Amino acid sequence: MATIQLDGVGKRYGQKNVFTDLSLTVPHGECFTLLGPSGCGKTVLLRLIAGFEDPDSGAISIGGETVASASGDNLPPDRRDLGVVFQDYAVWPHMTVFRNISYPLKLAGIGGKELEERTQRAVDLVNLGGLEQRLPSELSGGQQQRVALARALVANPSLMLLDEPLSNLDANLREEMRFEIKELQRKLDITIFYVTHDQEIALAISDRIAIMDDKGRISQIGAPADIYERPANIFVFSFMGMANFLPLRRAGENLTAGDGQPFPFAPPGGDDYVAGFRPSDVILVRPDKAGAGFLRGRVRRTSFLGAMLDYLVEIDGVLLRTALESHFALERGLVFSEGEECAVGFHSLHWFTRTEAAKAGIA
Amino acid sequence: MSYIRLEDVTRRFGAITAVDRLNLSISRGECFSLLGPSGCGKTTTLRMLAGFEDLDEGEIHVGDRLLSSKKSGYYLPPEKRDFGMVFQAFAVWPHLSVYENVAFPLRVRKTPAAELDKRVREALSHTNLTDAAKASPADLSGGGKQRVALARALAINPDVMLLDEPLSSLDPHLREEMRFEIKDLQRRFGFSIIYVTHDQSEAMALSDRVLVMRLGVAQQVDTPVNVYTRPANKFVFSFIGLSNFLDVEGDGTNFKTSRGGLPLPCAPPPELANGPSCLACRPSEVEFTGEEGLTGVVARKSFLGESIDYRISIGEQSLRVQKGRRSTGPEPGETCRLRFIRPLWYPAD
Amino acid sequence: MSARGAGGLRGGGGFGAAGVILTLSIGILIIVVAVPVLLIFFNAFWADGSFNVRDVIRVLREPDTYQALLNSLLIACGTTTGSTIIGTFFAWLVTRTDLPFKRFMKGMFLVPFMLPSFIGALAWKMLFSPRAGYINRFFMDTLGFENPIFNIYSYAGIIAVECMYLFPFVFIQVCGALERMDPTLEESARISGAGLFTITTRITIPLVLPSILSGALLIMLYSMAHFGTVAVLGIENGIFNIPTLIYERIHQSAGSFASIRTGTVLASVLVVSAACIIWLQNRILTRGRYQIIAGKSFRPMELKLRGLRLPLLFFCVAYICFTIVLPTVVIFLVGGLKTYGLPFTLENLSLANYKFILFEHKLTRDAIFNSVSLGLGAALITMFAGVMISYVIVKMKTRGKGILEFLGMLPFSVPGSVIALGVILAWSGKYGINLYNTVWIILVAYIARYMAFSLKANSAALEQVHDSLVEAARASGASMWQALRDIVLPLVRPGMLAAFFLIFLPSLRELTVSIMLYAPTTRTIGVAIYTLNEDGETVISAALAGVALILIISGQTLINRFTESASSGKG
Repeated sequence: MATIQLDGVGKRYGQKNVFTDLSLTVPHGECFTLLGPSGCGKTVLLRLIAGFEDPDSGAISIGGETVASASGDNLPPDRRDLGVVFQDYAVWPHMTVFRNISYPLKLAGIGGKELEERTQRAVDLVNLGGLEQRLPSELSGGQQQRVALARALVANPSLMLLDEPLSNLDANLREEMRFEIKELQRKLDITIFYVTHDQEIALAISDRIAIMDDKGRISQIGAPADIYERPANIFVFSFMGMANFLPLRRAGENLTAGDGQPFPFAPPGGDDYVAGFRPSDVILVRPDKAGAGFLRGRVRRTSFLGAMLDYLVEIDGVLLRTALESHFALERGLVFSEGEECAVGFHSLHWFTRTEAAKAGIA
Repeated sequence: MSYIRLEDVTRRFGAITAVDRLNLSISRGECFSLLGPSGCGKTTTLRMLAGFEDLDEGEIHVGDRLLSSKKSGYYLPPEKRDFGMVFQAFAVWPHLSVYENVAFPLRVRKTPAAELDKRVREALSHTNLTDAAKASPADLSGGGKQRVALARALAINPDVMLLDEPLSSLDPHLREEMRFEIKDLQRRFGFSIIYVTHDQSEAMALSDRVLVMRLGVAQQVDTPVNVYTRPANKFVFSFIGLSNFLDVEGDGTNFKTSRGGLPLPCAPPPELANGPSCLACRPSEVEFTGEEGLTGVVARKSFLGESIDYRISIGEQSLRVQKGRRSTGPEPGETCRLRFIRPLWYPAD
Repeated sequence: MSARGAGGLRGGGGFGAAGVILTLSIGILIIVVAVPVLLIFFNAFWADGSFNVRDVIRVLREPDTYQALLNSLLIACGTTTGSTIIGTFFAWLVTRTDLPFKRFMKGMFLVPFMLPSFIGALAWKMLFSPRAGYINRFFMDTLGFENPIFNIYSYAGIIAVECMYLFPFVFIQVCGALERMDPTLEESARISGAGLFTITTRITIPLVLPSILSGALLIMLYSMAHFGTVAVLGIENGIFNIPTLIYERIHQSAGSFASIRTGTVLASVLVVSAACIIWLQNRILTRGRYQIIAGKSFRPMELKLRGLRLPLLFFCVAYICFTIVLPTVVIFLVGGLKTYGLPFTLENLSLANYKFILFEHKLTRDAIFNSVSLGLGAALITMFAGVMISYVIVKMKTRGKGILEFLGMLPFSVPGSVIALGVILAWSGKYGINLYNTVWIILVAYIARYMAFSLKANSAALEQVHDSLVEAARASGASMWQALRDIVLPLVRPGMLAAFFLIFLPSLRELTVSIMLYAPTTRTIGVAIYTLNEDGETVISAALAGVALILIISGQTLINRFTESASSGKG
C-alpha cells in the first residue's frame, strides 16, 4: 500500500521559499497529477517524495511510514520502494535495454531465472520485445522513455513518480504514451504521482489533479472534470485552457458589456465582476438568428484549422476567441468572413471579481 | 492571373526524384502553401524557386521573367531574383545590428543613403522592431529574430516572399501570433507568399490555396476548405486533420465491416459497392445515435477539456470519436450506436 | 534543477568522504601547481629581504634579457600572422570550395599537430643550414650559386618553421566554425542580393572571425613560450627568446643566484603575458562567439574554383610535400647515413644507426626507457587525480571548488619552461625534499604540466553524466557507492582513457620541461635528440628522431582508431 501523505511540508532554497506548509494526501492506487506552470516548484515536491531532497519543515510519509521530516534522519531514496521516471529518461547509456531494466532486480539480490523472467515481463509490458540487446543510443525517444518506464516498474514498486516523462516526445507519441501509462497503472494497481505543466495530459490520465500556482500554493484539488468545469479561482480557470474574459459595467438598472449592450446574466452578488468563459461556452450565430440575451459583435479574424473554425470576435473593443466544428459551421451557414457582423450568446459563465482579475493581470 | 509559373519542374537526387513534373501557377498577391510530410519535395520546390537548386527538367517564370530553364540552360542566380526569403532557423546575422541586418539587401543594391534609411525604418516599424534597431539580434527572442528576418525580406519590397517553415522554431503561442502578423504584412504590401510547412493547421489558417505533396508528386491543389472537405485521395484525407478508416465489405446491397461483420448504416458509391472498400471519416464527424447505426463498444473515454475523446471498438477494428465537452455520450464498456455525418469512400488497399 | 545539488549522491554517511576528497584535491593542486608558480613570483620580486620592483626592471633592461623579450615578441607576432593566414586560407579552401580530395587534404593539414616541432626544426636545419644544408649545397655545388639560397638560422627561418607546425591551431578552429555554420546564414545573404565575394567578406569571414582570433591567440601563446624551434635554429646565430634564454642561463651557470633571478624575472614576464592572452581569448570566446550552429541543414554553398581548381590542388599538394613529407623523409634518410653530409646514395644508407640506438647505445636506450616510463607514470597519476578533482568541480556543490577550477586550469597559461623553473625552486632541497637530478623531478613537472589536460577530458566526461542518471540508480535501490560503481565510473571511463592518451603521447616528445631538469642519466627522448644534435652526433640524433616519429605516429593512429570505434559504438 502506498498512500502518500505530506504534512505541512516546506522547502527553501537560500532566501526563496519554494513552498511552505503544504499538506496533501494521495490514496493508494490513485493516478494523481501535480499540475502547474514551469518553475512553480512541482518538481521539487516530487524530489522530496523521492528523497533526492530533504524538507525544511513538515513530514512526508509513504504507506504509513515516515520517510522524511524536518528533524532529519531521512530514509534514502534507495530504500523508499519507488519507481521514478525522469523528463530526460535517464536511461544509462552504457547498458543494454535488458541490463537497464534488470538493474533494480539485481540490486534487490534477485538473479538467475527469476531475474530473467521478471525483466522479460517488464520488457513485454512496455512493448519493447526484440530490442533487449540494443543500447539506448540505438533507440528512439519514445523507446527510451519506455525503457525508463519498464525499469521503474520492474521491481514492483507500489509508488511511481513521473516527472514530465512525455514532454520530450512528439505530439503523436505523447498521446499514445499517456494512454499506455494509464493502462499500466490500472493493470498493476500502483499509485502514480505525476508532475507536468501540460494540462491536456493531466486531464487525460488523472483520477485527481492538484493545481499548483507559481507561488507554490495548491489552488485546487479535484477530478479532471471538476477542475475544468468548476475552477476554484481565476488562476485555475485561465491555466486549464483558452480563456476569454469580458469586463462588465453597471449602468442604472442594467449590467452592460462594453459600450452599453445590456448583459443578460447576473453575477452572484455585487457589481464588480468579470465574466470568464471558454471558446466552447460561446454560441455564435448570424445576427438575424440572435435571440434574447445575445450580444452583437463583429468577426475580426477567421482561421480555418481543419476540424475547427477559429474566430476572433470583437464585442465593443473586447476580443474573444471562439471555435466551431467545421462540419457544423458548413452545414448551418456559420462560416463568417472577416468583418462580418455576428451575434454571441453564452452557454454558461464563470464569475470572477475585478480585484481577483486585476491581480492575475487580466482586464 | 498567374504570376508565378512552374512548368514540368523536376528535380532528381541520384535515384530519387525529389520533385516530379510539377506544374503550378500562382497569382500575384496570393498566399500559397506547399504542404506535405518531410521528404515530400516541398522544400526542394521552394529552393528551386529561390535559385538554390538547379532544375533537371522544366521552367520557372515569375511575371515576364524567366528564372530557370533546363531547356535553354538558363539559370538566374538567387541574388538576382529579387525575392524575400525567411528561413526556419532565422538566419539573422549575429555580427550585424538589427538595423544593419535589414539594411543589408539595400546596401548590396547600392541604395542611396536617405532612401535606404527610410526603407529600413519602414520595414522595422511594420515588424514592431523600431525600438530594437540598435540591438544585436543575438539578444532577441526567437520571435524577435524571426521578425528581423521578416523585416530584412521586406526591405526591398519584393513581389514574392518565400517562407521556409518560418514558424516551426517558435513556441506554439508565438507561432499563432506570428502567423497573423505575416498575413497582415501580406495584406499591406500585396506580395505573393510561397509558404512551406509540414504543419497542416498552419497552412490551412494562412493560405488562399494549398498544394499537398507526397514523394515529389502533387496530390491536390485547392482551397483549404476543399482540401479538408473534398480530399482528392486517401493520402490527402489522412494527412489533413485527424482521420479514421474502417475496412468494409459489400455485395452490392449489404455492407458490413470487415473483421466483425457489423452492418453499416450507409453505402459506398456504386463503383465500390461490390467487394472490399474503405470508409473514411473525421473523429468529429461521427455521431452517437439512439437505436440505429453501426454497433460499437466504448473502449476508452478521456476528458480533454474542450473535447471528449472516445475510442470505440468496432468488431476488431476501432474508431476514434471526438465530441464537444457539452455533449453527452456513452461510458466506457457500454455498447453504442454510431452514424457517420459525411463519410468518404476509397478503394481498399 | 542542477543548482539543487547532486541529490543522488547524498546520504549514507558520504559527507566525511566528500570532505576527504575535497581536501585531497586542493592539496594536490596546491603542492604540484600553485607552489612552483608562486615561488617564481616570489623569487623574482623578493630580493635582499624586501619587495623589489626596481631590481626586476634592472634585470629586464640588461641587453640580453631585453633582446630576448623583443625576440619572443617578434617571433610570436610573425608566427601568429603567418599561421593565421595559412590556416584560414586552407580552412576556407577545404570547406567552401570544390577543391578535389578535400577530405584527404583536411587530414593532411592536421598532420603537423602530431609532429614535434623541434624535430621539424632539425630537419629544416639539415636542409637549409647555410653551409651544410642539403638544399643550399645542391644550389651551390650543382647549380653554381655563390651563396646559400636561404639561411635557416634567422628570424625568417624560425618563423617559417613555427608557422608550419602551428597553423593547424587556426585551421582546425576555422574549419569547425565553417562546417558547423548554418548555411542559411549565407543563403539569406544571397537571396538578399549579395554575390559570393560580398558574402565571403561581409558575412562569412566576420562570422568566423572569433574562431580565427581565438586560434591566432593560441598560436601567440604557444609561440611566445616555444622552446624547441628557437633552441635548434636560433642559438647558432645568437637568437634567444625568453624560454631559450632561461634555459641558457640556468644551464650555463649551474644554478647560481643571479641566473635563477634572471630566469624567474623572465618567467614572470612570460606568465603575465600568457595570462593576458588567455584572458583575451576567453573574452573573445564568451562574448564574441556567435550562435551560428545549424539546425536542419543542406550542404553549404561551394565556390566553384573553375580554372583555379587544378593550380590550387597542385599548390596544396606541393605545400604538403614540402612541409610534411620532405622534412620527415630527410630525418629518416639522415638517420640512415654513415656520416652527416654524405649524399643520399644507396651505399651510404643503412639501418646501422637505428640498430645502434635501439640495441647498443646506452644513452638512447635510457632515454627511450625514461620517456616511456615517465609518460606512463605521469599519465596514470594525472588521470586518477584528474577524475577525483573533476568530480569535485563538476558534481560536488561545495565551497572551494572555484579555487580548484582555477588551480587546475592554471597550467594552461603557465609555459613549460616556467613550470620547470618553478619545480626546480620548489624541489631542490630548499623546502626539505631534494629531487634535483633525479627522474622524480621530471615526473612532478610533467604532472603539473599535464594536469589541465586531464581535468578537461574528465570534466567533459562527467558533465555528460547527468544527475538524473545517478538519481535513477538511487531510486532503483542503489546505495551511493553502488551508483558510483555501476553508473558514474563506467560512464567516465572513456574520459579517463582520453586523458591518459592526451598525456602519454605528448610526454613521449616532451622537450621544454625535461631539458631544464635532466641529469646525465635522466635524459628523455626529446633531450637525447636535442643534446646529441648539439654534440654534433647528427646522424644518431636523426635516427632517434625517426624512432620517436614512428612511436608518435603509430600511437596517434591507434588512438584515433580507438576513439572512432568508441564514438561510433555509442552512436
